[in-house]
Amino acid sequence: MCLGIPGKIVEITSVENKLAKVDVSGIKREVNLACIVNDEHPVESCIGDWVLVHVGFAMSRIDEEEAAKTLALLSELGEAQQELEAMQLDSSA
Amino acid sequence: MKYVDEFRDPHKAKLLISEIQRLLDQIERAKQRPLQLMEVCGGHTHTIFRYGIEKMLPEALELVHGPGCPVCVLPIGRVDDCVALAEHPHVIFTTFGDAMRVPGSKKSLLQAKAGGADVRMVYSPLDALQLARTNPAKEVIFFGLGFETTMPSTALTILQAKREGITNFSLFCNHITIIPTVKAILDSPDLRLDGFLGPGHVSMVIGNKPYEFIARHYHKPIVVAGFEPLDILQSIWMILKQIQQGRCEVENQYQRIVPEQGNSQALSAVSEVFELREFFEWRGLGSIDHSGVRIRQAYRDYDAEKKFSVPNLKIADPKSCQCGEVLKGVIKPLQCKVFGTTCTPETPLGALMVSSEGACAAYYRYGRIESMPESAPEPAPDPQPADEAVI
Ligand code: SF4
Repeated sequence: MCLGIPGKIVEITSVENKLAKVDVSGIKREVNLACIVNDEHPVESCIGDWVLVHVGFAMSRIDEEEAAKTLALLSELGEAQQELEAMQLDSSA
Repeated sequence: MKYVDEFRDPHKAKLLISEIQRLLDQIERAKQRPLQLMEVCGGHTHTIFRYGIEKMLPEALELVHGPGCPVCVLPIGRVDDCVALAEHPHVIFTTFGDAMRVPGSKKSLLQAKAGGADVRMVYSPLDALQLARTNPAKEVIFFGLGFETTMPSTALTILQAKREGITNFSLFCNHITIIPTVKAILDSPDLRLDGFLGPGHVSMVIGNKPYEFIARHYHKPIVVAGFEPLDILQSIWMILKQIQQGRCEVENQYQRIVPEQGNSQALSAVSEVFELREFFEWRGLGSIDHSGVRIRQAYRDYDAEKKFSVPNLKIADPKSCQCGEVLKGVIKPLQCKVFGTTCTPETPLGALMVSSEGACAAYYRYGRIESMPESAPEPAPDPQPADEAVI
């Protein structure tokens, strides 16, 4: 729960609600950007940013190289898999 | 050092370990007894076991696995409250997966679900809010737990619910705060820690300033650490360097993620929605002043404790359970009488055996075999049945 995983912001889905799609190892999921945007860095400017995603929220910007390293390590450990599965949990049932 | 080769940079790891040894040789105190460093965060505990870091370290250094796994410190009574909420008719009870198997006094959430309660695992509180949107006839409750890392996510979810005027969503708030907890540990008389590995992702939210009292008033070094094995080794090295030079400071090894001031947007959402509780009950540690938060009056419509009645009973841990001593670092998981016998990851007695961030589960998965003397058979379990929880 406290680990988090890096993802790349690929699409803004709602400027008003600060929502965007991130791509985490090929899996796309909507996340909230409220914690990483401000006047200097508005929602619209986030496309292409790498962020650390925690329970559906982008919590911190990270540089691309760092993101790649962390993802590689997490997938070696199988931890990325767990996180990705959690991201795709279907709670509708 | 059989795991070192798995590191991203084994050469650097070996270098750090020999530097750690060299520093230890220069610290007088370490000659009398092993130095004890506590990692506060369950994420660190997980990495430490996953990579066998403990076993690579010199004997003059011991890691104490702190209370930083939010699932592990959940008291039995709170699990019972969750079950009671989940069993309300018309309620969809949502939770992170980690909490599903924590034993309550009668059942876990997983067992409640098997018995017909509508309990659903979600990845994010936003998914719970989505359930509220799509099930207007139901009441959706999200079980909010975790330290400052997850607090902003539930705060922002409540703010979103309010903006949209969603009325069938509420939070069962069990968030806990790190600082009073560390303070309680520092004040506990049976403890003799020499330094702390600070929690990386909590610090990403709260910054480094809040730890200053640890250095200033308790004269213990603290280094905020990242989650990779090299991060942890480097942080240990930084703590020892402080001890060797007679310094006590807050240092930040995880600068690539943790800004000095924390995350202001996250902090303002948290303080908008939450306020400190007078005290909060922890499993194994008892009641700690101001260690939890509740939802402010202005957002009471989103507070499950106001919307529904929760039993809120205080239930003692099973007598054979030694989670509290393990949490404080007084004993190692293996020394708990029920470890691996009545308490296993399949049938956990204490919450430390449930989450992968819990010290007992980590020992069971990664540490146990190597920690057992090779030829000796497993110690026979005490002929003591698992005690029923007493109310
Ligand atoms: S073995 Fe079980 S009961 Fe003993 S401390 Fe660990 S989790 Fe608690």
